[in-house]
Amino acid sequence: MNEPPAWRRFTAAFGAGLRDFYAVPYRRTFARARRDEDDLFMLLVFGEALGLPNPAQWYCLELMPLLYERFHDWHRRMGMPHSPLEYISCC
Amino acid sequence: MNAIVLLVVGLAVMLLGYRFYSRFLATRIYRLDENFRTPAHEFEDGIDYVPTNKFVLWGHHFTSVAGAAPIVGPAIAVIWGWVPAFLWVVIGTVFMAGAHDFGALWASVRNKGQSIGSLTGTVIGGRARNLFLVVIFLLLLMVNAAFAVVIANLLVSTPTAVIPVWGAVLVALMIGQLIYRVKMKLLWPSIIGVVVLYGMILLGSAYPIALPDSVFGMGSKTAWIILLFVYAGIASLLPVWVLLQPRDYINGLQLFVGLGLLYVAVLICAPEVVAPAINHAVPEGTPSLLPLLFVTIACGAISGFHGLVASGTSSKQLDKETDGRFVGYFGSVGEGMLALAAIICCVAGFPDVDAWSGVYNKWQGGGVNAFVQGGDTILTQGLGLPADLGATVLAVMAILFAATTMDTGLRLQRYVVQEAGELLGLKVNGLLGTLIALGVCLALSFGAGAEGSGGMVIWPLFGTTNQLLAGLTLAIVSVILIKQQRPAIYTVVPLIFVLVMSVYALIVQLGQFYAAQNWLLLGMDIVILIAALWVALEAAVAMRRGVAANASSPV
Repeated sequence: MNEPPAWRRFTAAFGAGLRDFYAVPYRRTFARARRDEDDLFMLLVFGEALGLPNPAQWYCLELMPLLYERFHDWHRRMGMPHSPLEYISCC
Repeated sequence: MNAIVLLVVGLAVMLLGYRFYSRFLATRIYRLDENFRTPAHEFEDGIDYVPTNKFVLWGHHFTSVAGAAPIVGPAIAVIWGWVPAFLWVVIGTVFMAGAHDFGALWASVRNKGQSIGSLTGTVIGGRARNLFLVVIFLLLLMVNAAFAVVIANLLVSTPTAVIPVWGAVLVALMIGQLIYRVKMKLLWPSIIGVVVLYGMILLGSAYPIALPDSVFGMGSKTAWIILLFVYAGIASLLPVWVLLQPRDYINGLQLFVGLGLLYVAVLICAPEVVAPAINHAVPEGTPSLLPLLFVTIACGAISGFHGLVASGTSSKQLDKETDGRFVGYFGSVGEGMLALAAIICCVAGFPDVDAWSGVYNKWQGGGVNAFVQGGDTILTQGLGLPADLGATVLAVMAILFAATTMDTGLRLQRYVVQEAGELLGLKVNGLLGTLIALGVCLALSFGAGAEGSGGMVIWPLFGTTNQLLAGLTLAIVSVILIKQQRPAIYTVVPLIFVLVMSVYALIVQLGQFYAAQNWLLLGMDIVILIAALWVALEAAVAMRRGVAANASSPV
């Protein structure tokens, strides 16, 4: 494959530098916001396990295997060393 | 004398300081190790701790520490003549600010990326940490109140800046939308944003906007101050991606462009320095050079605020420990370069000494307006810009700095109010927290001065509080060095100097406030004085303990 011309490599590198310069001061704020959103989504998915009625239960079931790791991170972040739910033995 | 001499000598000394003194500090004192696993790698979480390219981190560090203060301080301090301000900026940057900023970064990196506040608790003790919180709260209060006055004065004196200053808010909003909603890459929005910003400067030059003399019974300055606080309140409540982040970003780009224009203009037009080397005929009411020079120019020489940034965010993102020399020390050199540009504008941007004296005919008569006025002449002569366009460029630069610092400051102050509420068992929501923070700032602005200018009255108190914080940071670095049996003299000498100057200035001002029966400032002065003496005592005890421990332990 042909290498892109030098000017394109330069603008790509410059653009990457600009992106970093743009993001660095607020990286943590955005990462926290994204994490909070993920937590909320996960709670919705696991809602029925907590006794909340969930109209999208069937679809949520499919997502469960994908969410185990995140659930593990979440309960540890909430100060619970082990999973609080009997059905999910992630650790 | 020609201003090019000031420019070349100042830059040469600062760059030599970076080349040699920072290398000496890096190898002999802080003993940086390329193989040390920095907190960015040890605790990498993609949130707080992220290894970052050193040039990008320098850009972030520099633009975070550079606010309006490196312009305001030198622009006021040249009233004593250009020599004292020039020497303090150059020598202060090389031997004090460099060691301070670099030291704060190093101390934090070697202690799991802890902030100076947490390090104070670990290294000196809990009392000093509480004191630290009080100092931070006062500092934020002063920044918000003082910067509102600085901006309002500029908007009144430079009506051509009104369109670009408020237009910058629109540019920032557009960039935020383009990046987060349209998912555009940054290169083009950045270039277009800077071009539109400068286009608005041209538009502002053609259509100056001045508020009427009376707005709802208030003077135009008072009206601007209230409008600015309302703006800052709204900006601090919006999600950061909407306004704050793109605004800080475009402001950073504008700093690099503005500083470059100014330096090139000085080199082309080679203006003569008209201000006296040392001004023996200072106007009545001007405080004495010693100690006020050393607290009037805080940012630009040594400033405690830099330690907060260095240990708060920069240390958690340092890729290699050896990058600390570039990010920490060269960050302070960047700030020194901005202060140097401010000095050159204020001493060489006037046609003759009479014009200069006309501006500096009373204490604080100069300020940012002198920077804008002098810089305008230099930009006009050097780059051939139409008259007043340069003034608009510089006024916009100064206002954007002050405004971005102000809305971030108000957001931080809201956090402090919310934390204090939690300690008292009260839940304070964002809106109420912002209203309380705004209320305190307005009370200071309108309680301590006519027309809301209370912020400017407390400017010298800002300097002393800031230097006190620098003293606290240097004390922590010194205690760590002593405990590790390394030479601490390179941080202890600046520590003693800034503490002596801060306390001296506070005592001088105490008498002035008492004579003027200004009870608000008298009270604040006493609080800061007690804090200063307390810091000195705690630091001395901690250092003595460190020396004693070293003496009793086998080497």
